Amino acid sequence: MGLVKNLFAGVYGFIESLGQSGIFLFQSLFRLPIRWGEAIRLYVRQVYSVGVLSLIIIIVSGAFIGMVLALQGYSILTSYGSESAVGQLLALTLLRELGPVVTGLLFAGRAGSALTAEIGLMKATEQLSSYEMMGIDPLRRVIAPRLLAGITCMPILALIFSAVGIWAGMMVSVNWLGVYEGSFWASMQQSVFFDTDIMNGIIKSFVFAIAVVWIAVYQGYVCQPTSEGIGRATTRTVVMGSLAILGLDFLLTAAMFGDF
Amino acid sequence: MKDKKAGLLVGIFMLLGVAAFIYLAMQVSGLAFNDKTQGYTIQARFDDIGGLTDRAKVTIAGVTVGQVESIEYDKEYYMAKVVMTIFSEVDNIPTDSSVAILTSGLIGEKYLGISIGAEEEVLHNGDELYDTQSALVLENLIGQFLMNAGSDN
Repeated sequence: MGLVKNLFAGVYGFIESLGQSGIFLFQSLFRLPIRWGEAIRLYVRQVYSVGVLSLIIIIVSGAFIGMVLALQGYSILTSYGSESAVGQLLALTLLRELGPVVTGLLFAGRAGSALTAEIGLMKATEQLSSYEMMGIDPLRRVIAPRLLAGITCMPILALIFSAVGIWAGMMVSVNWLGVYEGSFWASMQQSVFFDTDIMNGIIKSFVFAIAVVWIAVYQGYVCQPTSEGIGRATTRTVVMGSLAILGLDFLLTAAMFGDF
Repeated sequence: MKDKKAGLLVGIFMLLGVAAFIYLAMQVSGLAFNDKTQGYTIQARFDDIGGLTDRAKVTIAGVTVGQVESIEYDKEYYMAKVVMTIFSEVDNIPTDSSVAILTSGLIGEKYLGISIGAEEEVLHNGDELYDTQSALVLENLIGQFLMNAGSDN
């Protein structure tokens, strides 16, 4: 009996927090800051801390993943005598899956956790309540710029990730493993389509961005205003964000590439 | 002062994103903006295209001179109709040339190879190549081999 009751309470709590976070998202996005100049200044600062500061980890991991893919792909494809298809393998894997997904996971770890901790600490030190005391809506001033910056930054980071990965894979396979450069690009250009591969990758990273940033700012906003609570909220952001990305990736892949 | 530096770095960040997008679109997916305007189209019918795809390259003597525009099933002839675009500077293909579906490498991509004929007249926009050679399908080859091996005994 207790189990059923607990389960019921769990489902109830889940639906309740889902609804609350939905209202929260709506309120932050559709109540824009008062003056445009101020809004742009806040937005640019958030793009700096969310996007520009994530650039190093994105570029370095993109380069290494591209190089590993080239090495692994070459070692298998060369036994069929078709090592020129390594370009096709590299581009399709990066554009369709690894670009959006790995960028999303890194983004949840690097920027999502920082957003949660920052907002949680603002709450713990009562900065959010002081904004309210001054008659400034914290949703507009603190949450909205972070949401918008995160949602616009992640697709850009995913594009940079894929481009760096393909370039690094090209360096390994052409300059080191000796794949003929012309057939490397030809096999890639013949199998990669702009609308199905590149645009679907951008749509994926956009959806992942909304999920991760939404979870991050909401967790920060509703966390227990103690040092322990902030720690738990940060952990929850990374865990829930990563799981959301992987689950959504399956759904999106099934919708985009599932019709054979 | 700090805001100015952040603004500059954000600008660089966004430019990097645009550069990555253009790189992926142009270099990786081979998107070209003046795709259809240059060149003329010719067509050919094949018994079996065996995995030829849109945008496969069309070659003469191994050099790319065009690409496959569309592939569709021709109900009237029970054959596959392949429409291809040939670059406009290659304007001297004889009308009796033949076209074959070839494969680069063992499991590489399929492409079209045109072998030049002897006719004086040349192909123009909308013309058709009648001498076609279908893709080699491995199952058919094995079937023929087994038939020959059987008839020897």
